[in-house]
Amino acid sequence: MNRSFLARNPSVMWFIAILGLFTLLVTVFSEATGTGLISTSFVKTLGKTLCLCLIAIAMDVVWGYCGILSLGHFAFFGIGGYAIGMWLMYARTETIVANSLAAQAIPPTPAELSDAVASQIFGVVGASEFPAIWMFAHSLPLQLLMVVLVPGLLALVFGWLAFRSRVTGVYLSILTQAMTLALSLYLFQNDSGLRGNNGLSGLQNIPGFEETPQAMISMAFFWASALALALGYVLFAWVVSGKMGSVIRAIRDDEARVRFLGYHVESYKLFVFTLTAIVAGIAGALYYPQAGIINPAEIAPIASIYLAVWVAIGGRGRLYGAVLGTVFVTLASSWFTGGSAPDINLGVYTIKWTDWWLVLLGLSFVAVTLLAPQGLGGLVDKLKGKKA
Amino acid sequence: MSTLLEMSGVSVTFDGFKAINNLSFQIGEPEMRAIIGPNGAGKTTFMDIVTGKTKPDEGRVTWGDNNISLLGLSESQIAREGVGRKFQKPTVFEAQTVRENLAMALKNPRGPFDVLFYKKTKRGAERIEALAEQIGLSDSLTRPAGELSHGQKQWLEIGMLLAQEPRLLLVDEPAAGMTPAEREKTTEMLVEAAKTRAVVVVEHDMEFVRRLNCKVTVLNEGSVLAEGSIDHVTKDPQVIDVYLGR
Repeated sequence: MNRSFLARNPSVMWFIAILGLFTLLVTVFSEATGTGLISTSFVKTLGKTLCLCLIAIAMDVVWGYCGILSLGHFAFFGIGGYAIGMWLMYARTETIVANSLAAQAIPPTPAELSDAVASQIFGVVGASEFPAIWMFAHSLPLQLLMVVLVPGLLALVFGWLAFRSRVTGVYLSILTQAMTLALSLYLFQNDSGLRGNNGLSGLQNIPGFEETPQAMISMAFFWASALALALGYVLFAWVVSGKMGSVIRAIRDDEARVRFLGYHVESYKLFVFTLTAIVAGIAGALYYPQAGIINPAEIAPIASIYLAVWVAIGGRGRLYGAVLGTVFVTLASSWFTGGSAPDINLGVYTIKWTDWWLVLLGLSFVAVTLLAPQGLGGLVDKLKGKKA
Repeated sequence: MSTLLEMSGVSVTFDGFKAINNLSFQIGEPEMRAIIGPNGAGKTTFMDIVTGKTKPDEGRVTWGDNNISLLGLSESQIAREGVGRKFQKPTVFEAQTVRENLAMALKNPRGPFDVLFYKKTKRGAERIEALAEQIGLSDSLTRPAGELSHGQKQWLEIGMLLAQEPRLLLVDEPAAGMTPAEREKTTEMLVEAAKTRAVVVVEHDMEFVRRLNCKVTVLNEGSVLAEGSIDHVTKDPQVIDVYLGR
């Protein structure tokens, strides 16, 4: 009964082992630290995929385990990205502006420096002053705090309002969808204070590491993403095991019954919703420095729907399923849309996969939902069953 | 025997239909009580009001030694006060094992963080073993509840109720769909439970009610028609008229 958490959950050990091996292989073959077989841009792609896996396991906990089909978790991911992006952009612009002003005979006052940085950053949207939401942008620790605080608070307030009114099922999904759409539309405006549709860019340049080659920076972010995924996996595996897991799965299956057992269902939903939103924010903060740019299109509703598709194809209610689904679908997506997939000539019509990929994805989603609700994770169960 | 639950002058209207009409009801602790009545008499609505699922339009529902009102409390608060409810259809969590079902119901702090940092205790494990013994599911602790037979699910649900250690047990048609042997065992469980707490059984089956051997309340059109021993109420001409005669 008192065996350690890892001993009771062998799948967590397996996952960590495989992730560790994968990280080692990438390290050995990367340009920065190894033979150079894997290009820097591909290292970035892999690192970004790890971040997507992290938000996917968060989605699996909120949907697969707790039964809340949130179609808005990418909003939290995007907010995490914007929060870190504000510091990255501020600090880098400040360095550049300070260097150029240093050439002048009279050194600039802090106010002059700040104004120059502001007009540099907000010139594209016709503004030259820092909006109030940038007040902490000068400080990395404060912006890192925002990465967890802003998604967490938004989820807490939104969740409290929605769960308290007992909004469930498809109505809740629509509400979450509306939340991410509203946020996306708001950020598209030039006066939102986050540069409108230009978004934040140049995020791949890390202030203080100007001399470090991108190959090395990508590697560092890849390692950080792998570490975050591993920690997130252990955290969620711990949450969904034991009594907490029991109660949240019970809420998914019959929330009225759980209420009559004396559990305050809304608090549990709020806990799961907020925790997963925070993890989504952290995933976003690791993703966007690797992507280099963030703009409001990133948090359009379609992104959150993709997230649900990954989890459904991977298999709901098992954490490794979410990872499998994400890796499988994003790899397939880049293969089909990257031009590598051969066109199929039907004589009268040629199927170009760049056009038909979304159709294929949609059909697979429907097929998985109808025919194999266990998703790819179900295959793992079958293999395990055969061995046993 | 002190009064545990008292309802007085309670009325509920659904779209103009008076489901409960000036109902007054009392139960002591410990006590076994059977509630019978034709369809639409308000039996389920009565349970919904006690458990907080339905809020009455008027009337009072007071509970316990300090006569607190149950009307301002949510379902989960009422459950924590010590009201346990068994539904007509067995509702256990089928995807989880018998042990997990019982562990969830076990009387323990119910807050999310209490549950997150919950440590399995020897006492809890022993309590689960004892309950499983009581409901005849000792050998099935690691089986998913979905695999159990209909009767076993009913017992598991009764076991979960007992695990909550409620002061009042509301049981809706426990004998429905059971074999005679299963009924007998269910009767035993309920009679045993009623030795230490209040138990209200809503039942259609007269034979089952007779075997419970307790005071009977007859509901009709949302209010109490008759109350007393089973022999007393079955001789009541009004009861025969609305219920038994048909």
